[in-house]
Amino acid sequence: MATVEAMAAPLAHGHHEEMSFVRKYIFSTDHKIIGIQFLFASLAFLALGGVLAIMLRWQLGFPGEAMPGVGVVAPKFYNALVTMHGTFMVFFAVMPLLVGVYANYLIPLKIGAPDMAFPRLNMLSFWIFVQSGIVMTASLFVEGGAPGAGWTAYAPLSAVPQYTGVSLGQQLWIISIVLFGASSLLGSVNYITTVINMRAPGMTLFRMPLSIWALFITAIIALLAVPILAAAVILLFFDQTLGTTFFLPADGGQPLLWQHLFWFFGHPEVYILILPAMGIISDVIANGSRKPVFGYHSMVLAIIAIAFLGWITWGHHMFQSGMNPLLGTSFMISTMAIAIPSAIKVFNWLGTMWRGNLRFHTPMLFAIGFVSLFTIGGLSGIFMASNSVDIFIHDTYFIVAHIHYVLFGGSLMAIFAAIYFWFPKMFGRMMNEAWGKIHFALTFIFYNLTFFPMHILGMGGHMRRIYDPTQYEFLQPYQPLNKFITISAILLFVAQLPLIANFFWSLFRGKKAEANPWRDNGLEWTVASPPPHGNFAVTPIVYRGPYEFSSPEVEEDYLPQDVPLNGEREVVGAGVGEE
Amino acid sequence: MDWLPGAASSYAAELDTIFWVILAVTGIVLVGVQVTLVYFLVKYRGREGRRASYVEGSTKAEVIWTVIPAVLIVGIAVASQRVWSQVKNPDRFPADALELNVEARQFAWSITYPGPDGELGTEDDFTRYNEMRVPVNRPVVFNMTSADVVHSFFVPAFRIKQDAVPGLNTRAWFEATEVGEYELACAELCGVAHGLMKGKVVVLPQDEFEGWLAGLGE
Ligand code: HEM
Ligand SMILES: [Cu+2]
Ligand SMILES: [Cu+2]
Repeated sequence: MATVEAMAAPLAHGHHEEMSFVRKYIFSTDHKIIGIQFLFASLAFLALGGVLAIMLRWQLGFPGEAMPGVGVVAPKFYNALVTMHGTFMVFFAVMPLLVGVYANYLIPLKIGAPDMAFPRLNMLSFWIFVQSGIVMTASLFVEGGAPGAGWTAYAPLSAVPQYTGVSLGQQLWIISIVLFGASSLLGSVNYITTVINMRAPGMTLFRMPLSIWALFITAIIALLAVPILAAAVILLFFDQTLGTTFFLPADGGQPLLWQHLFWFFGHPEVYILILPAMGIISDVIANGSRKPVFGYHSMVLAIIAIAFLGWITWGHHMFQSGMNPLLGTSFMISTMAIAIPSAIKVFNWLGTMWRGNLRFHTPMLFAIGFVSLFTIGGLSGIFMASNSVDIFIHDTYFIVAHIHYVLFGGSLMAIFAAIYFWFPKMFGRMMNEAWGKIHFALTFIFYNLTFFPMHILGMGGHMRRIYDPTQYEFLQPYQPLNKFITISAILLFVAQLPLIANFFWSLFRGKKAEANPWRDNGLEWTVASPPPHGNFAVTPIVYRGPYEFSSPEVEEDYLPQDVPLNGEREVVGAGVGEE
Repeated sequence: MDWLPGAASSYAAELDTIFWVILAVTGIVLVGVQVTLVYFLVKYRGREGRRASYVEGSTKAEVIWTVIPAVLIVGIAVASQRVWSQVKNPDRFPADALELNVEARQFAWSITYPGPDGELGTEDDFTRYNEMRVPVNRPVVFNMTSADVVHSFFVPAFRIKQDAVPGLNTRAWFEATEVGEYELACAELCGVAHGLMKGKVVVLPQDEFEGWLAGLGE
């Protein structure tokens, strides 16, 4: 039987060009450096979003009591916390962590390309993102206070400064979102072009890893969805500053128009936030199970189906908004439909682990956590998709529970898996496994203690975004639970310290990583860790899909995509490995 | 402490039933997935010298786990639709209801009553703040709007939630089934005092309510 080792090409060491520090690490056009820049920037925003969350949780657990080091959270500041927590997490943490970091880092490496199609646009995309982040952060500190209309910025609340007492802050929010949109567009164009044009010989579409499929489809969604948001916030800006009435009831304006525009962007957006996570998880689970992904083709179809259906479900955020109740029926049907491809994906992950030879490395633990928690989030979506049950649970903590099961239990778990999995490739050193496992265990436990009880609050009718639940008699019995959630949230926050320590310690002191520490099949593992500028000394040739684990054709339990088996090398000259 | 707040409107029980049905269905799926997951983690944990089975998938399995969720979901959707149209379809609002006007504004609810003549829009209408008085066992339909931003009329015990939107007349109804006082909350973020925008619904015996209405709310 053949062995991989005997047939693999010797490790490439690309040409080294001497570059100044600034060209190499600051204004770099190398997709790997840009990915790493996005990583540091968006992790900083993740930490900021986390701090805001702890402050707002404090007020809910201990209403009116002074928070150590912060003082009493005032109502106006509370609304700012709710707004900015959501905004930072969605736009500046999860989305760039998935799409900024891993689309950038992985697409060229995994499809066998030397870089992105448009490296300069890529650099521009990052620096515009930085600007938009600075503007958003500035909105926290300006005169009049930070925006307080929610991350969904419902008009007229967001459109008329008198309604919130915030004007400059809300305007900066809008400007930041426009910049963010520009950054995202440049990224999307780049990712789509790169995937279509720059795949290595033999890398057919159906040999692409699911992470790349997901990032590719996500880029298409983002290309179409983000401009809608940008257009909507520009109209909002006009309402704010020029006295137009797009979203105001006067002169033919329509407050509901804002909601339609926002959610027509917003629902596709939530798939931007989850599809790449699903793709990453698929790669990690196959690796950890030492088995091909179960139902690869149906996984790809499910991604595409979700991407399509995602465009016709936005009204499920508006069941109680006053839109025609007939639409409530059609949006229920489309929303229910989208649960099906989501379910298919969960079953296929289980199928991948079935009869595997599971390795519980840290990335795999987070991937397993993802499957477990995303299932809860997907199932709670069905309660809300039911238009009649949603009458009761809309705008309650049930929604907050759902959001966090899909976005934290889902997306962020996948991001953690990705950080541990590709850290060795990015930085050439391994992260500490023991601390990784401790991080996982603490996160999983405190995560559930924080967010699962929110379902119970929601069932009790506990409204979201309220400053002081004890004001309501019917909510007073829930105050001990609120306190419990707050304490768990603080512990969940503390549970991230092992990640931070491990990350920085490993960056400088970690064990040197070999080229392929996880025994994976993807092309990124065929080059040195970290890969040289230009990635591949010779353009790789791809002979098979990315999930040939435990193939009967070789002794090892993995079989890289670029390793020719006996006889294949000759054939390739003619047909370049096309199926 | 009950899981869902005590139900006190004509359709609350039906809505709750759907909630519990969905909980049962999703609960079974949830337990099924988590148990399978843990079972696989234990059974297929990596051991030296073992090799994973090289399986790439199964069309039969894909069909099964597409069709079963689809069937469950159609069932849930059909059941939901019944209650939805009962609660929200304006063509099916109960006849002979008491009609009120509700206006939401930062940060109060104003409720306008028809007065002794039972007609809104006449001289004897009168308005009260943050307290909605209604008769028991008689449907109440209200025309709602907002003077400023979007608010949402939420009475947990009645399972009613309907946004109040400036420039729009959103109609909603409920029929209280038990005499008593129930909290009314604003469920849509509406500004600094959103969390304090509360009121109550006082459900009175019918004759008492008629007397109150005839006495112009004195
Ligand atoms: C099985 C699939 C899903 C279904 C059926 C579903 C259904 C819903 C529904 C009906 C709502 C509106 C509830 C309301 O406001 O009353 C909602 C809200 C939300 N969903 Fe999902 N969802 C699903 C998956 C996801 C995923 C994968 C994500 C993101 C990763 C997500 C993120 C959100 C967010 C952020 C909101 C709340 C937005 C807000 O009001 O602030 N959902 N979901
Ligand atoms: Cu949605
Ligand atoms: Cu309000």
